[in-house]
Amino acid sequence: MSRRSAFVITCLAFGYAFLYVPIASMVVYSFNASQLVTVWDHAHSPTLKWFGALLHDQEILGAAWISLKVAVANATGSVILGTLAGYGLARFPRFRGRFAFTAMTTAPLVMPEVITGLSLLLLFVTLEQTIGWPAGRGIGTMIIGHMTFSMAYVTVVVQSRLATFDRSVEEAAMDLGARPVKVFFVITLPIIFPAVLAGWLLAFTLSWDDLVISSFTAGPGSNTLPMVVFSMVRLGVNPEINALATLTITAVTILAVGATWLTARARRHAASAAA
Amino acid sequence: MVTAIGRRAAGEPWNDPDARPYVELRRVTKKFGEFTAVDDVSLKIYEREVFCLLGASGCGKTTLLRMLGGFESPTAGRILIDGEDVTDVPPYERPVNMMFQSYALFPHMNVEQNVAFGLKQDRLPKAVIRERVAAMLEMVQLGEYAKRKVGQLSGGQRQRVALARALVKRPKVLLLDEPLGALDKKLRERTQFELIGLQDKLGVTFLVVTHDQEEAMTLASRIGVMDRGTIAQAGTPAEIYEFPNSRFVADFIGSVNLFEGRLVEDEPEFVRIDSAELGGTILVGHGISSAPEAALWAALRPEKITMSRGAPPQTDNVTRGIVQDVAYLGDLSIYVVRLATGKLVRVTRPNTARHAEPVERDGEVYLSWDAASPVVVTR
Amino acid sequence: MRRLLRRLEGTRVSSRGLVVALPYLWLIAFFVAPFLIVLKISFSHAALAIPPYKPLVVWTSRSVLEIRLDLRNYLAMFAHRLYGDAFLNSLKVAFLSTVFSLAIGYPMAYGIARAGARARNILLLLVVLPFWTSQLLRIYAWVGLFKANGLINETLISLGVIHQPLTLLFTPFAMYVGIVYSYLPYVILPLYANLEKLDWQLVEAAQDLGCRPWQAFYKVTLPLSRNGIVAASMLVFIPATGEFVIPTLLGGPNSLMMGRILWDEFFSNRDWPVASAIAIVMLLVLVPCMMAYLRIQSRGSDS
Ligand SMILES: Nc1ncnc2c1ncn2[C@@H]1O[C@H](COP(=O)(O)OP(=O)(O)O)[C@@H](O)[C@H]1O
Ligand SMILES: [Mg+2]
Repeated sequence: MSRRSAFVITCLAFGYAFLYVPIASMVVYSFNASQLVTVWDHAHSPTLKWFGALLHDQEILGAAWISLKVAVANATGSVILGTLAGYGLARFPRFRGRFAFTAMTTAPLVMPEVITGLSLLLLFVTLEQTIGWPAGRGIGTMIIGHMTFSMAYVTVVVQSRLATFDRSVEEAAMDLGARPVKVFFVITLPIIFPAVLAGWLLAFTLSWDDLVISSFTAGPGSNTLPMVVFSMVRLGVNPEINALATLTITAVTILAVGATWLTARARRHAASAAA
Repeated sequence: MVTAIGRRAAGEPWNDPDARPYVELRRVTKKFGEFTAVDDVSLKIYEREVFCLLGASGCGKTTLLRMLGGFESPTAGRILIDGEDVTDVPPYERPVNMMFQSYALFPHMNVEQNVAFGLKQDRLPKAVIRERVAAMLEMVQLGEYAKRKVGQLSGGQRQRVALARALVKRPKVLLLDEPLGALDKKLRERTQFELIGLQDKLGVTFLVVTHDQEEAMTLASRIGVMDRGTIAQAGTPAEIYEFPNSRFVADFIGSVNLFEGRLVEDEPEFVRIDSAELGGTILVGHGISSAPEAALWAALRPEKITMSRGAPPQTDNVTRGIVQDVAYLGDLSIYVVRLATGKLVRVTRPNTARHAEPVERDGEVYLSWDAASPVVVTR
Repeated sequence: MRRLLRRLEGTRVSSRGLVVALPYLWLIAFFVAPFLIVLKISFSHAALAIPPYKPLVVWTSRSVLEIRLDLRNYLAMFAHRLYGDAFLNSLKVAFLSTVFSLAIGYPMAYGIARAGARARNILLLLVVLPFWTSQLLRIYAWVGLFKANGLINETLISLGVIHQPLTLLFTPFAMYVGIVYSYLPYVILPLYANLEKLDWQLVEAAQDLGCRPWQAFYKVTLPLSRNGIVAASMLVFIPATGEFVIPTLLGGPNSLMMGRILWDEFFSNRDWPVASAIAIVMLLVLVPCMMAYLRIQSRGSDS
């Protein structure tokens, strides 16, 4: 028993080191003064100069602004579509075309991005040729592209939340005189709101990080942050990107730790009350 | 067991052919795919009644209740409430309310908001809502808990919130699905009486689902015993207990000794049954309507059998056996007696005196009973 | 009349239809329909035009409508070693990456599932954090580690293990590391979800009945987590087959992966029909995998 525990603990230690050493190295070197990234400049480090450079890099800032717009619009649209889809799948056990619907909401989760991206672009080109819409590509087509795969993630999150949701709570509201639409907005939505919020954040991140689908569906002049980063990285290591990585990781950590803390606290409250 | 026949539902409207039923099920059937959960049930429930649906788990009680609440639509049949056909009325327009098995309290609202929810749906003035909610919370002794989140309540308190939330709408019928099922035994017994008190005060018709026969006996003006989607028998607790109409009902309510036999004498005033299982005849002090030669059973409750070491004076309804097992339950003891035929008979005896004449294992005893005690069932 | 109105709004079909219709139509329009267009264009041929391919349907003369299914793209895939090799290589890389990810991820998921409640939350959070952090940036981190003067080489040299920097970047090794690293959270999370639900008393019962711990694991835990293993595998194998970023940044210009080839055909050669044909061939292999994944998922939600 103890031998196996030792084995499992070794695996955990190795696994977490594997996950975090690269991330840590990026963070550490983002404070390195040397242009050579991996050569530590003892004389001038640590320094915040790359953060300063990042915040004055017009190309990166412009791309980040586009990414932000796309990510917010995508997250909002995905949450609407994904919540509807997740609700439909969780609440209507049988309807015509349910299997096809399940397949369509699951496939984007695993579909290689190059395939999704290519097919979306070809669709937009074909549509433009035949009906004149969308006229050219840009932020709009990118949002559509991102929503198509992000909503699948939201669907999963919402559906699994609803699966553990006591349906009789909705029935009780209906029993007390609320119509189905009202029940959804007054009872269901507030209760599953944390899951919906998690879905929004997930969709936001997916969009914010996406390179491949953006590359296919973006038009000229609508380069997103990952597209700019990718072209910089292809040319070699760049300390500004380390600084960007550090900012990203900090933001994600704050959000994730905050969310975990909030849910843990809510759970503790519920547990202490039930006892 | 406490019963309250006649306390509720003034008179006995179910025996009055002219009485108007308050809730009426007409040949209601519900199928889930191939499976029939409720099978051709007809039922009349009268105003101010407490009607208990009693049956084993999975026999269709909840399904029947959910059809009354409007959450399932019957595959066939009609449902009438207060004379109006509500079969196609959605739940949010039915004049009934339901107390769910899981209570189904809204976790994101406090006690007061939960109770007020139904009144808000009716768009009542704020002041009226506040007043009625406060009065209702007082009635269920939750006044101090109005601002508590429901997650912070004990099981018994949650149960009362669920009750208050359904009752505050003043429904014509309150549907209760295993209302006390989640409470522990002591609390359950106390709450049963609170429930009766509330029903008495408010005069609402209750339809209660339960699998606990003691609970049904305590609460009900009438009980409907359910068996695999059908109502096997409906009647007052005493009727169900003393005059079960089938082996199933006799066995389901309380425990019973069944002796298979056939008629040997069939008079209007009495019948005599010859039972090979008993190794003799049973004299039954009332007439029955049954085809001669048809198989039938005499049902005899354990507490109606007298056990003695000496021979009793009577000549009918006496047999002998060996005590095979004794179980001491405190208030009473259960004896299992083996007859010469090998049939095991269950007898209960109250432990009235602390040092009563002991009946020991392997001792020989006489069993006897009154001619009025056996009931004859034909299925 | 009131009854009729009631009936109309009471019909679940219509409200149900409305809820599902919007996402349903969206997915048909933007997920399913595009594949039909990809299929169509894969039968076309590149041309100097906008868009850069020949139409499938042409009026040849006044009264003849001709549909030309150009099979050259598919034939080219058989004719040129490049495509076949890239295709097989993609499957090999995806498969081995899946195996490696499982080898690292399963013990981790197991360890997390058996940890105490408090530790479990922290360990899970530590798996989720990288999942929320940009994949591109995390792959870029490995570029910094693998470079000739990167952290790994510098460390090994300063320790005296090696004297010349090793070639790590732009090797298959670097690519495997990158893929396993990227997809590790996708393996751990479903496996954890599966193992967490496992009733440990079953393992105890097996041991009680005479199994040694390893036997109990092999005979009870492993079979019961089969669904989790299949789901986790599919979450790595399918997207890894078409991976573009990792082969490009870590595998280098010579890495033969379908995702990269498709990208180059599309963006560098502007040969949309060939890119489409590559996509179709990949789909032919991946759709059965997706069906397997779908079946596991829907079975999971039923029980
Ligand atoms: N929505 C449903 N779909 C299929 N079968 C159901 C459904 N609801 C109930 N049943 C079946 O109908 C039978 C009766 O269920 P229920 O009314 O809940 O029983 P009870 O409340 O008496 O325990 C059970 O066998 C149950 O499995
Ligand atoms: Mg039930």
